[in-house]
Amino acid sequence: MLASFFKTFRALPLALALIAASMLPAVAGPFEDAVGKFANNEFSDTEEAIAAITSSGNQRAHAIISALQDGRLLADPETKKIYLNQPDAKSIDAVTGAPVASVPVGAAAVRLNNRLRRTVAAALGGLTLQSPDPVKRIQAAQSVFKTHDESMLPSIDSALEKETNKAAKLAFSEARAAILLFKEDATDVEKLEAIATIKARGDQEALALLTGLSGEQSPAIARAAANATASIQSNLAMWSAVQNAWYGLSLGSVLLLAAIGLAITFGVMGVINMAHGEMVMIGAYVTFVVQETIRTSYPGLFDYSLLMAVPLAFIVAGGIGVVIERSIIRFLYGRPLETLLATWGLSLVLQQAVRTMFGPNNREVGNPSWMSGAFELGQITITYNRLWILCFTLAVFAILLAMLRYTALGLEMRAVTQNRRMAASMGIATSRVDALTFGLGSGIAGIAGVALSQIDNVSPNLGQSYIIDSFMVVVFGGVGNLWGTLVGAFTLGIANKFMEPVAGAVLGKIAILVLIILFIQKRPRGLFALRGRAVEA
Amino acid sequence: MPHVLTRTLDRSATVFVLVVAAFGILIPFSNLLLPVDSFLHVPTYLVALFGKYACYAVLALAIDLVWGYCGILSLGHGAFFALGGYAMGMYLMRQIGSRGVYGNPLLPDFMVFLNYPELPWYWNGFDMFWFAALMVVLVPGLLAFCFGWLAFRSRVTGVYLSIITQAMTYALLLGFFRNDFGFGGNNGLTDFKDILGFNVQADGTRAALFALSCVALITGFLICRRVVTSKLGKVLIAVRDAESRTRFLGYRVESYKLFVFTLSACMAGVAGALYVPQVGIINPSEFAPGNSIEAVIWVAVGGRGTLVGAALGAVVVNYAKTFFTSGPLAPYWLFMLGALFILVTLLMPRGIIGTFNAWWEPWKAHRLVADANALSAAREDGVSEPELAE
Repeated sequence: MLASFFKTFRALPLALALIAASMLPAVAGPFEDAVGKFANNEFSDTEEAIAAITSSGNQRAHAIISALQDGRLLADPETKKIYLNQPDAKSIDAVTGAPVASVPVGAAAVRLNNRLRRTVAAALGGLTLQSPDPVKRIQAAQSVFKTHDESMLPSIDSALEKETNKAAKLAFSEARAAILLFKEDATDVEKLEAIATIKARGDQEALALLTGLSGEQSPAIARAAANATASIQSNLAMWSAVQNAWYGLSLGSVLLLAAIGLAITFGVMGVINMAHGEMVMIGAYVTFVVQETIRTSYPGLFDYSLLMAVPLAFIVAGGIGVVIERSIIRFLYGRPLETLLATWGLSLVLQQAVRTMFGPNNREVGNPSWMSGAFELGQITITYNRLWILCFTLAVFAILLAMLRYTALGLEMRAVTQNRRMAASMGIATSRVDALTFGLGSGIAGIAGVALSQIDNVSPNLGQSYIIDSFMVVVFGGVGNLWGTLVGAFTLGIANKFMEPVAGAVLGKIAILVLIILFIQKRPRGLFALRGRAVEA
Repeated sequence: MPHVLTRTLDRSATVFVLVVAAFGILIPFSNLLLPVDSFLHVPTYLVALFGKYACYAVLALAIDLVWGYCGILSLGHGAFFALGGYAMGMYLMRQIGSRGVYGNPLLPDFMVFLNYPELPWYWNGFDMFWFAALMVVLVPGLLAFCFGWLAFRSRVTGVYLSIITQAMTYALLLGFFRNDFGFGGNNGLTDFKDILGFNVQADGTRAALFALSCVALITGFLICRRVVTSKLGKVLIAVRDAESRTRFLGYRVESYKLFVFTLSACMAGVAGALYVPQVGIINPSEFAPGNSIEAVIWVAVGGRGTLVGAALGAVVVNYAKTFFTSGPLAPYWLFMLGALFILVTLLMPRGIIGTFNAWWEPWKAHRLVADANALSAAREDGVSEPELAE
């Protein structure tokens, strides 16, 4: 004890000298004294130092304590100076923050024992509550909310007083409520207020907190807690329904995207294209090639890779589609079952070709920065890539619809679909229209591949996983009707996601398949069946 | 009755039955009785391979019956095949008894592994061969009956039917992949020990299974021939060619379709049941939609609506598959299979037998005319007319 006293005593002038040397306007204060104590290499001094630094309110406090926790705080026993190794391997003076060229050889990390480590962790928690970054403050408040550690109450109270940020203020008051709720000697009024605050928060963690409340409470509080639990539960049920609906919309957009090209080739032309999934796969590989080129040659353009991939995928997949129509499918018109077999063979060839060219493994396709990340909407998290895919799908759908309605090609397509011979008599080159229609359907499948590459593995088997679902969507929605495909896709997507929590992912999917099979019995031509002569054509 | 026999067994049918019977007798004979170093000795692995082909041929017959004669393109026959296989596999699993890795006398290994407390109820009875054999026919038949009853009654035809049969096998695939479905999850059923007390690995059992597969092929073929040469068969062909017209003539089209679809599914189930002990495993990948479509292409290659062609196509395509996938050309097999799909549908829509007949028939007709001329010339010469078979 005496030795430590002397050490402390000896350290003071050194710290003073140090401050003077660093030419700071500040004179040696409690903060500088406290930091100096680390050099004494005594656990008791270190503990005092931690307490003093934490309460000093100094800007550098957080950096020092977290360095202490990670063993990056070095003390030189000779000069009693404290250095801090930053994560980027540069060293600074712990007190002033001024960079130092090199740490003396004799400097060693400040030692900690288990009790001190706990002190450090608690101090750090309190310090993060004062962090200048509001996000960090909120995180700290959340962790206090979960642990509702009574010892944090003073730091929370002081932080709440100083807080100006609205979200952080809310987080602090929620953390405070959590602590009060579990505090033995809190008054009933305080506890009731706390329950109201927690109820307003209304998420899973609030529920966990309330259900974790011990049974020995006064009746008023028990009743309030039960009410709050019930209200939070119904609130959560509502949000989980919203979440399922969102997931369903998201799945529906993926289904729609995969099926929309098929709605053209199968729905409008009546061609069973089992190689449709492979067109999607080719679109995804086009994205991969575009991204690879950009990575190696123009890394700055990475965020635009998808914008470039979309037209390229359309051209590549559409081109392949035209070639397929001209070389195979046109010989098989009117023989749908043979078309099915030939295009299945084609899908095997395309898959194997891609496997030979790019290898059988998954290829890495990255998300551009504007597609990564997520944001919170109430209690649900919405990822940007899913949101973009939904918007993209609707845009593609709208463009396709407009194209069929307002362009010359669209008019010709509709004419050929409705009455081929009459259209031919009117001077429409029906075989050219056939090729272009098939190319359009394939090209849209290629575009779908660009979008799906963002959420699925890009492998030669990519297309196979979509083909049955796509056919289901088109058949369910009604052949020859794009609106039917839209409604079909979103219905199936949402039904699937609402069934998943009840039956599990696989059983839900099986149930959907069985339901579609049964549905086709009732309405063999889908939700939105064509009526009149077109049916028999 | 004799005329039924002659109608069932025309010349090519007789040749087919005799050839299959000859294989069914000679191959087991050569495998079991000839010395190993003999030139004519058929090694056991080949017996098992040929047995597999014979099972595929039965499956192809089943598909040809519905597709070639009734115009129902089922892309889900692999499901019936696999269900028959699972029924047999369940019997074989129960036969393992306490010889499994975990030594549980009642529960198969995978159930012990997955912590099943007791045997699921649907595994009861599969320790008896007759029950399993019944299920081999009954389960696929019942599924086909229910499925067909729903589909045909509401007049789901053509590609719609193809797509929902594909969805059916896909749904079963997803289901059988699940561990809690009680069929061994993605590992399926395997490690079989014996069948009816005989070791499944033994040469004698393998030869017997091969012979049985040939018997099944011949029986299946005769049943199909009997069906397609009867009046029922004529109606089936009418349904294939003009369904609405047949209905307007007063035939209950859906009943005919339902009968032939169910019969075909039962045949596929038997094929699967014979397949499983010969390959030693059954797992959910047999339900993959690709397998069913591949089976359809066997029929297309051999010639749809010929029966003989279906069996021939199954053997030819599968022999090619074995040949190419085991050699240096393995990476190109899928190219070849894909090209086969495209080229057969584009260039040879009638398949091997159909194309052969297209060449053979005019020549035969020409010869018949020549014969008739010779005959009439002979009659004028006062030679008595030979008795013509019906």
